Amino acid sequence: MSTDNPYDLLGEDHDDGHRWAFGTGFTDPLEGIDTSVPDGLDAGALARYCLALGDDALIYSHRLQQWVTRMPELEEETAIANIALDLLGQARMLLARAGGILGQTEDELAFFRAEQDFRNVRLAEHEDRDFAELAGRLLIFSTWRLALFEQLPAAPDPVLAAIAAKGAKELTYHRDYAAQWVIRLGDGTALSHERMQNALTTLWPLAGELFRPDPDALAHVEPAAVDAVLDTVLATAGLDRPDAAPLAGVSDRTGRDGVHTEAMGYVLAELQSQARAYPDATW
Amino acid sequence: MVTALDVAAGTPDPELPMLTVADLGILRAVDVTAGGVTVTITPTYSGCPAMPEIRADVRHRLEVAGFGQVTVRTKLAPPWSSDWITAEGHRKLAAAGIAPPSPAARRTGPIPLTLGLPASPPCPQCGSPRTQRTAAFSATACKSLHRCQDCGEPFEAVKAL
Repeated sequence: MSTDNPYDLLGEDHDDGHRWAFGTGFTDPLEGIDTSVPDGLDAGALARYCLALGDDALIYSHRLQQWVTRMPELEEETAIANIALDLLGQARMLLARAGGILGQTEDELAFFRAEQDFRNVRLAEHEDRDFAELAGRLLIFSTWRLALFEQLPAAPDPVLAAIAAKGAKELTYHRDYAAQWVIRLGDGTALSHERMQNALTTLWPLAGELFRPDPDALAHVEPAAVDAVLDTVLATAGLDRPDAAPLAGVSDRTGRDGVHTEAMGYVLAELQSQARAYPDATW
Repeated sequence: MVTALDVAAGTPDPELPMLTVADLGILRAVDVTAGGVTVTITPTYSGCPAMPEIRADVRHRLEVAGFGQVTVRTKLAPPWSSDWITAEGHRKLAAAGIAPPSPAARRTGPIPLTLGLPASPPCPQCGSPRTQRTAAFSATACKSLHRCQDCGEPFEAVKAL
């Protein structure tokens, strides 16, 4: 056949059972990977930890997806959509890792859990009120997550280690993207500076939860390592580091304990309603 | 004689069909035993939506070529690098107007923050080195957007990863 148009190659045969178009019937993202839990590792704790990191990515990805079609420029549109896709990919593998231990599929975990069973930090569910909050929140989240994913390849679970090694490469691009926008806004006009500073003031109380001790954690992030990056960006941008106490929990319970902000219910309503209304739907 | 490796390696990538999975370096191994053929592939990015299609395509092509008992495995570690794109892959990308990736950074220690505009590759249309990155992300996660200051054409480049 002619190869003048390489896209023709994709449709060169259409036998029964052969498909190339995307749709449903998503397979396990860890298919063909050895998912046995290493001896000596607490499988329950591993599942909880993967669930927490997977929920961070799933909920954050959903928040970014909500910006698609609302971005100021096409270039930012593709950037946000790609970052959301990277995080969704990380979420799928992490939920599949947790679900393999818990006896549930990634879809069951994403679409059929109640709010109090989600373990994401509250920073992930925050609704960005403007582009400055989007940039600032992505800077805080991706700086922390990259610092963590740089440590996790040494974790005792090879599957989590591999997911993190892969994700770290993606998060490097996310952090650079966010940092460059925080600097452009902070070092831009008086108005953009004011809005960027206001965004940081709003977001800062949500950052403290990232550093709460987690007995299930398989890697440790030094707050100083994250602070060093954030301080570099803020100094370059001419922004002040907010002096804000961490957002309190309820009886000291926070997002990782399933205690979320009001925003979370709206996220889940949108994320889950289709799957719950039509549990067997395909397209 | 056509080997299982030849057949699997010829599978086009769904996103960049001018390249094969072998050109892209996502085909990691093809093992043939008396029990059948085992193909190992790795995703470029975590969110790559094309993995099920690549898996199905590889299996289908092998079955049509007469190989039975095909197993397609995924391997996550080590993570894919744009350095795994072959010289042939670089040539095909450039011929399609997509700038091939520069070598990925080799480092030990913390990943540094990049605050300035990164180097931009030569224009794949006119060859001019005077180009500028216009966006860090493009139509797919693996590419960035650029513009040539001489011929004025926008173009994509595969990101170093």
